[in-house]
Amino acid sequence: MANNSGAEAKRDRRFVDNLGRVYAIYTLGFLAFFVFMAILERLGVGVQAIGIGFLLFTISIYAIIGWLSRTMEVDAYYVAGREVPSVYNGMATAADWMSGASFVAMAGGIYFGGYPYLGFVVGWTGGYVLVNSLLAPYLRKFGCYTVPDFIGTRFGGNLARFSAVLVLVVASFTYVTAQINATGTIAAQTLGVPFSVGVWFGLSGIFICSMLGGMRGVTWTQVAQYIVLIIAYLVPIIWMSNKQGFGIIPHFSYGEAVHRIAELEAQYGLAPAAEAVKGVQVLTVPVNEPAGKGWAMVSLAICMMAGTASLPHILMRYFTTPSVRQARKSVGWSLFFIFLLYFSAPALATLTKLQLLDPNLATSVIGKSFEEVANLEWVKHWASVGMAAVVDQNGDGIVQLNEFFMRPDIVVLATPEIAGLPYVISGLVAAGGLAAAMSTADGLLLAIANALSHDLYYKIIDPKADTRRRLIVARILLIFIGAAAALIATLQLTGILGAVAWAFDFACSGLFFPLVLGVWWKRANAPGAIAGMLGGLFVGTWYLYMVYNGLMTPWIGIDHLRFGIIGMPVSLVLMVVVSLLTPAPSKEIQDMVDEVRIPSGQTILAAGH
Amino acid sequence: MAKANAQAREQHWIKTRNLSNIILILWAIFGIVLPWMADSLNSMSFLGFPLGYYFAVQGSLIAFVVLIFVQNWRQDQIDDEFGVGDE
Repeated sequence: MANNSGAEAKRDRRFVDNLGRVYAIYTLGFLAFFVFMAILERLGVGVQAIGIGFLLFTISIYAIIGWLSRTMEVDAYYVAGREVPSVYNGMATAADWMSGASFVAMAGGIYFGGYPYLGFVVGWTGGYVLVNSLLAPYLRKFGCYTVPDFIGTRFGGNLARFSAVLVLVVASFTYVTAQINATGTIAAQTLGVPFSVGVWFGLSGIFICSMLGGMRGVTWTQVAQYIVLIIAYLVPIIWMSNKQGFGIIPHFSYGEAVHRIAELEAQYGLAPAAEAVKGVQVLTVPVNEPAGKGWAMVSLAICMMAGTASLPHILMRYFTTPSVRQARKSVGWSLFFIFLLYFSAPALATLTKLQLLDPNLATSVIGKSFEEVANLEWVKHWASVGMAAVVDQNGDGIVQLNEFFMRPDIVVLATPEIAGLPYVISGLVAAGGLAAAMSTADGLLLAIANALSHDLYYKIIDPKADTRRRLIVARILLIFIGAAAALIATLQLTGILGAVAWAFDFACSGLFFPLVLGVWWKRANAPGAIAGMLGGLFVGTWYLYMVYNGLMTPWIGIDHLRFGIIGMPVSLVLMVVVSLLTPAPSKEIQDMVDEVRIPSGQTILAAGH
Repeated sequence: MAKANAQAREQHWIKTRNLSNIILILWAIFGIVLPWMADSLNSMSFLGFPLGYYFAVQGSLIAFVVLIFVQNWRQDQIDDEFGVGDE
């Protein structure tokens, strides 16, 4: 055993010392594969073969990394041995963070949702300022393995620990079903298999990354997945922009396009469709009209920002760095890597819309004859799967703005085809979407399984369990939770984006204030934290239930996507009031909080705890 | 010695807290106030974008990245000043 772990440590050291070289070779290899596929397409290899090639190539690489990262050590399994340098942790966090919703659905949401929808863009980036200021460095100093580990030790008692596990499971499980749904959708479309088969295919890919190596395996595959997903997002935008003459790097110059779209919208008129078509929609919200939408935008942004700072699969990434200083640095890198995609999404949405609307461009569809548009290759392709439709509802033979239907989720996937780029780009985008969904699902499944195995099983049920037993329990739980999530995903209860927004609302309703006050308010005690977690979660869930099922009209525009605005204040008030009504925490706990506030010295929880 | 140490820690925490407060105020401006006022900002133009729109798609995002790097740079200075850095 000792011998074995010595060999493991040695192999690991070699890898960590050569990270730069390993990932540089990997990136070049991926680009070479892309060029190879492009050549195959030129030579006449079929579209489906190229798509399959992309998926199999990338998944095999993730599998190899997962195998090389296998471990039987607790610190490696739970926190990747705390040896991940900040830049790489930033990349891993970015992949962990950017899910199928960010990659596939966000640009389409901006396309159809207009200004209020930009709340996702601002919220999903601004949250990192909260993570950095309020939590990450302090949680790293604490030395915990999981988020409930912090709650349980800081406040003391199994009930506090259990409440944190409960919020974590509710939020992360909601989130992970959406990700497995996304993996299944992409795998099914690319491989040409039924959705339910695609889901299990995606799940097995996810297991390969996380089962053997735990957090260590997930970390190093997430870095690889980030590289694939960012290339897959940026290459089509830049290629399209150059082909259509929008500039070499369009991000800083599409202001004109925004003005032009506003003009065209006024000219065409934004009317709802005469007759709705199931599963697809027409454009009705103007590209840039924030008047009266301030609260809608900001309330969404607040929920997403606070949710970012409470989602355990993100916070636990900052437990893997060698030091507090590196943890802070890696928050900065995380946001930088996320920013690269997030500031591209609105550009993509805007330029794709311009291409469809502007009659001066060859790609436009509005104002063209019905017959011509219905016979476009990409329209035929997406219409055949029910994700786009052109219906001449007023019978004039011309496509009007409210006669052109699309499903928001396809904007990113269809953009290469709309712009007339080769299919190899679409294969690349599919690989990127899969990487985004898989990496997030990995992180979430691990967060749930680790909380159950470490906090519920080891800390509450069987504190005498040895290392081997703990790690086996962790892996068995991982399989069960993954399978349960896949089963629910095959039912397709909610859309991808709705489920993701709910996960953020659950997390911020239950965990935001207990986490923040745990560091920033010494007087906070266990009864207060428990009341805050359970009260916030319960009231938020109740509000969601009432509003979503139409039993109550949303209060000041707070709909089911924003119920964190209700849950968070309840959580805060309960936590403060109950804490003040009950005795202050002991001297040891207050000293512990003091200790957490400085970076130097021992962590509160020792390695291998 | 223990007392001087406790005092230094107190000072360190006050500085850390003040820094966080400043960062959070700036965060609130870019994350909440400006997006809320987008309509009135849109009458101005920046790089060809309506200004309010620009903040929501790019300006605030850049500000967030800069805020984190600036905060970390300053926090490292504070930690070193009191000898409590961990590197």
